[in-house]
Amino acid sequence: MPNRIPVVEKILSANDRLAAENRARFDAAGVFAINIMASPGAGKTSLIEKTVAALKDRLRIGMINGDIATSFDADRAAAAGAAAVQINTGGDCHLDAVMLQSALPQLDLSALDLVIVENVGNLVCPAEFALGTHKSILVASIPEGDDKPYKYPGMYRGVDAVVINKIDLLPYVPFRLDFFKKGIEALNPGVTQFELSCRTGEGLEPWLNWLLAQA
Amino acid sequence: MHELAVAESILEIAVRHAKGQNAQKITDLYIVMGAWSSVVDDSLQFHWDLLSDGTIAKGAILHFKRIPVELLCLDCGQSYAPSSRDLLCPKCESVKIKVKTGEEFFLEAIEVE
Repeated sequence: MPNRIPVVEKILSANDRLAAENRARFDAAGVFAINIMASPGAGKTSLIEKTVAALKDRLRIGMINGDIATSFDADRAAAAGAAAVQINTGGDCHLDAVMLQSALPQLDLSALDLVIVENVGNLVCPAEFALGTHKSILVASIPEGDDKPYKYPGMYRGVDAVVINKIDLLPYVPFRLDFFKKGIEALNPGVTQFELSCRTGEGLEPWLNWLLAQA
Repeated sequence: MHELAVAESILEIAVRHAKGQNAQKITDLYIVMGAWSSVVDDSLQFHWDLLSDGTIAKGAILHFKRIPVELLCLDCGQSYAPSSRDLLCPKCESVKIKVKTGEEFFLEAIEVE
């Protein structure tokens, strides 16, 4: 005799619980943690490199990099002066709270002020999996096109800040900044935004100051 | 693309609730997913069939209730579905919107024997 049991439970609630544990570990160690998400090639690693190089004398920085394969990105962060850990997801399209939890023991959190988690390059899946970081940051870039907020609403809705990278390319690429920003505003009203170029260094200062103010 | 992780979560939740009621077998699962929740039904079913094998949920049927995205304009009160090209209010072009539905992603109920 079939019997209906009401459940009404968020499907990723287990991940959310683990994310809360990760958050507690960061808090206990006095570490400020950020999760950087973007499509492949938007400039996540470049932003991290510039950030580490600029802040390494003021903050002790750790970096956890998620990639499907290779450790190129963690190597770049390490070269810039961060304590870097690589997670190879082996095909998974995102980091989740479990992967972060298993990577954390490789960092001495008590010796760090800021932990930067670089998520897998993807505009869909990482948005669904909380990691337990304090802030989520989306790196968008001019060559990707101005329609991305409209195509990937889930990603734009869940983040605390949007970094618009490669603004030095604005004169060369058809990109309606006002259209792009309207999409962001509709999905995530009042979200913190930075316009910068990791290549030229233009606009990096407000981003660095924002991070310093939080960490 | 993350349907394996999703299938694992669904299985864990369903088995926990079923065992809490001393059920022997899970026959049906009712999943509510908003159009913005970015999960592919077919792929989820594929992972589900592999994962649930050997559990009390083996052979259970996944039922999907898809909820369309509905937005509300906070300036003029218009309710609308976003078009593929625009999110803004079609009546007054305001950017001040609220997402009323379309982001749900939960297990609503299970049926057990």
